[in-house]
Amino acid sequence: MNKTVNPKDLISGDDYGPLYAARKKVYPQSVSGTFRRIKWGLMAFCLGVYYFLPFVRWNRGLGAPSQAVLIDLPNSRFYFFFIELWPQEVYYFTGLLIVAAIALFLMNSIGGRIWCGYLCPQTVWTDLFYAVERLIEGDRRERMKKDKSSDPMKLERISEIVLKHSIWLLIAWWTGGAWVLYFNDAPTLVKELVTFQGPMLAYVWIGILTATTYVLAGYMREQVCTYMCPWPRIQAALTDEWALNVTYRYDRGEKRTSVKKAAELRALGQPVGDCVDCYQCVAVCPTGIDIRNGPQMECIQCGLCIDACDNVMTKIGRPKRLIGYDNDINIHRRQEGKAPIYRIVRPRTVAYSAIIAAVGGFMTYTLASRSLLDVNVLHDRNPVAVKLSDGSIRNAYTVRLLNKSGYDRAIAIDVEGPVNPTMHVVGVDSATPDRPIIVIRRDTTSELRLLVTAPADNNPEKSIPVRFHVMDIGLGVAATATDNFVAP
Amino acid sequence: MTDHSSDIDSVSGKSTTGHEWDGIKELNTPLPRWWVITFYLTIVWSIGYWIVYPAWPLIASNTTGLFGYSSRADVAVELANLEKIRGDKMAALGTASLADIEKDPALLALARAKGKTVFGDNCAPCHGTGATGSKGYPNLNDDEWLWGGSLDQIMQTIQFGVRSGHAKTHEGQMLAFGKDGVLKPDEIVTVANYVRSLSGLSTRNGFDAAKGQKIFAENCAACHGDAGKGNQELGAPNLTDKIWLYGSDEASLIETITQGRAGVMPAWEGRLDPATIKAMAVYVHSLGGGK
Repeated sequence: MNKTVNPKDLISGDDYGPLYAARKKVYPQSVSGTFRRIKWGLMAFCLGVYYFLPFVRWNRGLGAPSQAVLIDLPNSRFYFFFIELWPQEVYYFTGLLIVAAIALFLMNSIGGRIWCGYLCPQTVWTDLFYAVERLIEGDRRERMKKDKSSDPMKLERISEIVLKHSIWLLIAWWTGGAWVLYFNDAPTLVKELVTFQGPMLAYVWIGILTATTYVLAGYMREQVCTYMCPWPRIQAALTDEWALNVTYRYDRGEKRTSVKKAAELRALGQPVGDCVDCYQCVAVCPTGIDIRNGPQMECIQCGLCIDACDNVMTKIGRPKRLIGYDNDINIHRRQEGKAPIYRIVRPRTVAYSAIIAAVGGFMTYTLASRSLLDVNVLHDRNPVAVKLSDGSIRNAYTVRLLNKSGYDRAIAIDVEGPVNPTMHVVGVDSATPDRPIIVIRRDTTSELRLLVTAPADNNPEKSIPVRFHVMDIGLGVAATATDNFVAP
Repeated sequence: MTDHSSDIDSVSGKSTTGHEWDGIKELNTPLPRWWVITFYLTIVWSIGYWIVYPAWPLIASNTTGLFGYSSRADVAVELANLEKIRGDKMAALGTASLADIEKDPALLALARAKGKTVFGDNCAPCHGTGATGSKGYPNLNDDEWLWGGSLDQIMQTIQFGVRSGHAKTHEGQMLAFGKDGVLKPDEIVTVANYVRSLSGLSTRNGFDAAKGQKIFAENCAACHGDAGKGNQELGAPNLTDKIWLYGSDEASLIETITQGRAGVMPAWEGRLDPATIKAMAVYVHSLGGGK
């Protein structure tokens, strides 16, 4: 006989239970202070750059795009002010990504999650959406009350909700709209978009980014940071004991009690903390946590709790910065009566700065010294070599000239390698047949069929290295490609 | 079929199928309802498909469906669209002269691309994908041309072919001097050695150069010229250079003189449109051997 087993008995301890916790909606309260001002400033700067950069013009001469920052996909060109990159130069972005990553590390080792708290698009747009929400629906308490209320909605409330979502959608739509402007001439595209003559793909992308902005900043908010983003996990591995993080300075004492009680205790010389348990730091927190519980993964370190706490401390006449950028080392030092020490310069930050400088310097050097004239050669495969009626050997090559500069070039081609070579470019009648001159237009490539002939007697080897020198006859700029000259 | 729904497995609480192996019973885990519904829907869909689209083979044809759809008609539309897209450029190929096509980089690139494709489809079986030819089929990369290597001459050869039966085709052939009894075997050996000597190849011991020259002058010079330099009007190859269509060894030469040679190339006029033939002429010319 089978013994009846309850499957739940087979699972022991903490493994059993719901894996999903419902979100507790966060209602951050408005706050003013130093960090709020910094955040407003950075928000204005970041959004300003994002929304208006496509309209910045940059003169590159006639026939070239006049947009400062442009990703020209149909012509496969990337423009950034004075820099123009071709598809084969995308590797520069590798350097850019390395610099970006190390810059994040550096920020992290100096001031914690500066990126998360001030610069990350998720933070910036969520902050903006909260500002709209606050403007229309009121501050924390009002919003909580309105959400909780079970009364049937009145016209005023309905119009509030409609207005809020309309403004949100407008911002989201503008966000998507600005995105597509980076891929086409902005003024032209705006004109096309408003007259409904824009490319379908532009409308699709605007739609996609409108949706993501609206959903990520309007609804998902801090959940993006807590559940979707890998950075909070990574940054735990990057921080060290010297890094400054938004910290509750528990060296300022316990216990936490009311202002009045604290004054009494203090008068009696008994231990008491500066914290008055007002929960202002929790009320303003956009991720809904209590910073006094110590460093937490959810904390994006936006510094708003510092502002909230400073305001309270000022009011009750206690020193500011009960919450501030600090670390455990200094808390312990103060507890021991020593002066705090801040070490911004330490091996970690020096190493990060050095890597940034090295990679940045290398990129700048390679970018500045890259050749704007290039040549690629491809040997014919079928046939590899041809024997001519007088017994000499001819090899055919496909030569591609690249003119990355903003002006036309006259290019002379020389061949070096086989003994007594003669050269012919198909379709080109040159005044100097052995040194053909090719005109190549600005910012284009040109493909040529080049025939090299050499007497077999003088070139008895099966394969001879051959070099093609191309030279701008006006400017003297040169480039070289190598291949082989093969006997049949 | 027995109903086993009452046979409940005590551990999982599920019913069993009633199948039992060594005391282990199989649980009844039916397909999800949505899956079954989707499955039946696909059957219904397929019936609609049979009605709307061509589906059932009949003895001599097939059902055509309600709207007479045909994927071949779709391809025709696509090809027509392609021609429309290419219209301007292909028209330019048709009107520009051969020399102008080769001088205009854009037209040259177009003609080469077009020519390469058409060459692969039509010429490669004999001349090879790289136009390198083989025994009896000329290599089009080199500078030896039976019927001339200028753009116009190449185009003429492509248009009308060689011994193709076309009214304007290239005619003239290498006669079968041995088979037809014009030359005796020992004379053929002698003249074969003489021909080898023209391009500096080694000759048989005891070969009589004077006799060879006499035979050559009497029989071969009419087409190949006194010095053996050939004649492109008649398609007679140059015998003094390093390129041999049928081989330069004595045995091959004896075979050529005995049996004669008359390779055939079809005429492409009428099979390919004029612009395509022009593209092909430019392509062949640009391979490198063009004069």
